[in-house]
Amino acid sequence: MAEVLLSQAEKIFIVHGVEDNVRIDGRSCLEYRSFEIETGTVSNASGSARVRMANTDILVGVKAELGVPALRKPDEGKLEFFVDCSANANPKFEGRGGEELANDIASMLSQAYGDKNTLDMRKLCIADGQHCWILYIDVLLLEVGGNLYDAVSLAVKSALYDTKIPNLTLTTNEEGQVEIDLSDDPFDYSEIDVENCPILVTCCKIGKSHVIDPSVEEEVCSLCRLVVSVTRTGHITSTRKVGAGSLLPESIAEMVSTSREIGISLNEALLNKLKGRI
Amino acid sequence: MAGMTMLSDQGLRMDGRRPTELRKLSCRLGVFTQADGSAYIEQGNTKVLATVYGPHEVTGAKSKALHDRVLVNCQYSMATFSTGERKRRPRGDRKSIEMTLHMQQTFEAAILTQLYPKSQIDIFVEVLQSDGGNYCASINAATLALIDAGIPMKDIVCACSASFMKETAVVDINHLEETHAGTEIVMAILPKTEQIVFLQINGRLHEDHVPKVIDMGMKGCRDVHTVLTQTVQSHIADAMATMGE
Repeated sequence: MAEVLLSQAEKIFIVHGVEDNVRIDGRSCLEYRSFEIETGTVSNASGSARVRMANTDILVGVKAELGVPALRKPDEGKLEFFVDCSANANPKFEGRGGEELANDIASMLSQAYGDKNTLDMRKLCIADGQHCWILYIDVLLLEVGGNLYDAVSLAVKSALYDTKIPNLTLTTNEEGQVEIDLSDDPFDYSEIDVENCPILVTCCKIGKSHVIDPSVEEEVCSLCRLVVSVTRTGHITSTRKVGAGSLLPESIAEMVSTSREIGISLNEALLNKLKGRI
Repeated sequence: MAGMTMLSDQGLRMDGRRPTELRKLSCRLGVFTQADGSAYIEQGNTKVLATVYGPHEVTGAKSKALHDRVLVNCQYSMATFSTGERKRRPRGDRKSIEMTLHMQQTFEAAILTQLYPKSQIDIFVEVLQSDGGNYCASINAATLALIDAGIPMKDIVCACSASFMKETAVVDINHLEETHAGTEIVMAILPKTEQIVFLQINGRLHEDHVPKVIDMGMKGCRDVHTVLTQTVQSHIADAMATMGE
């Protein structure tokens, strides 16, 4: 089974290691593991990406569909996050077992992307109050092995980068209604500007220190985690405390600033990778 | 007119295959480390991932345990982005439930169930991309995952679909052919004994043609079997090599 059981001695070993800035896999506290990104893996989706980070495996598919804008925001498109915890990852997710975790991740993502400056939603609007693009961002957890939030957000950002939205031609008929014509040319598309899309960075409190990019074993040892969504420019769009423990305001401030620094460099590295600069 | 274009005068299908030709089949065993067994299969544009957990203690209600054989628990789900039009739910819809049931029947026939009484084997299948023949790809992936998990079976279950168009039986149909041809037979066999463990005929097919199409399906299954066996053998050879004899 997929869950990790650690004895007291093993936990102490990890905690003492973290105190001395050495982790069980040899990293220092603020070091990120290397991970794999693959874009355009699902041909049925408008955009897709797969991220594999140690034992965590995430597949994200983005589908662009035509819809009607919300009444309150007639000039904006919509983003819909949906997370599916596949039973492949953990037998506990069978049936509706993974729904709680799935909703948690989906709400975290929609909060992180809720800020106006992350994605220009007005670009997704086709005709004011009548037509807009709805981006369905479907996250599929194939294997869960620590640092889930970070991996999901990296995959989402990569999939959005890969997303191709077909160009449309609009004509207005006699009744003032807008008619949409979809181009036949599959290469006639526009892309989404993901420069300011946030990335979630999990900061894990273990003993007195904090750790970035925790493994499953470290997650078991930690009292609580702070998930911070950071944009390329270092803006923080949301934060959430995950786990049962409690934190002092000072350590929250410290953790947020650590996550922010990591988030900025991670964003930079991801964008460089996606644009093929490395 | 649709029937005319399905099979050209030269005897080629829409994707350029001959009637007896399978789509490109590539598979991998042991893709995940956490599960007891896992496999990934690509059958043309259909991509399926299968994992197996168990045999383990029965989860949930203990009353589900069977005193004389193992409980085969299956779940078939499709990623919401796997189809042309977005699916609203990955599982729980009628088709998925039906698929789950069919898979369960197929594997109950293939696994040596009497070896693990009062236990449970979980088979989870996830369709990542769908382009026809989902059931066949799922069965083939699940078989490989079961082999990876080391669960004893009577034989390697192989599944394949077939159809009938322009007086010709064709094998391993894709989504386009599935929607246009009208008939589809789906079958799973145990190749060694040539026994059919699953057979389903969708749509209209004249009685006289049924044997022809079934024969074509059988042939497809045997071809699939060749590929699966090769994969398993090379996987085991690799595993042996890493162990150093």
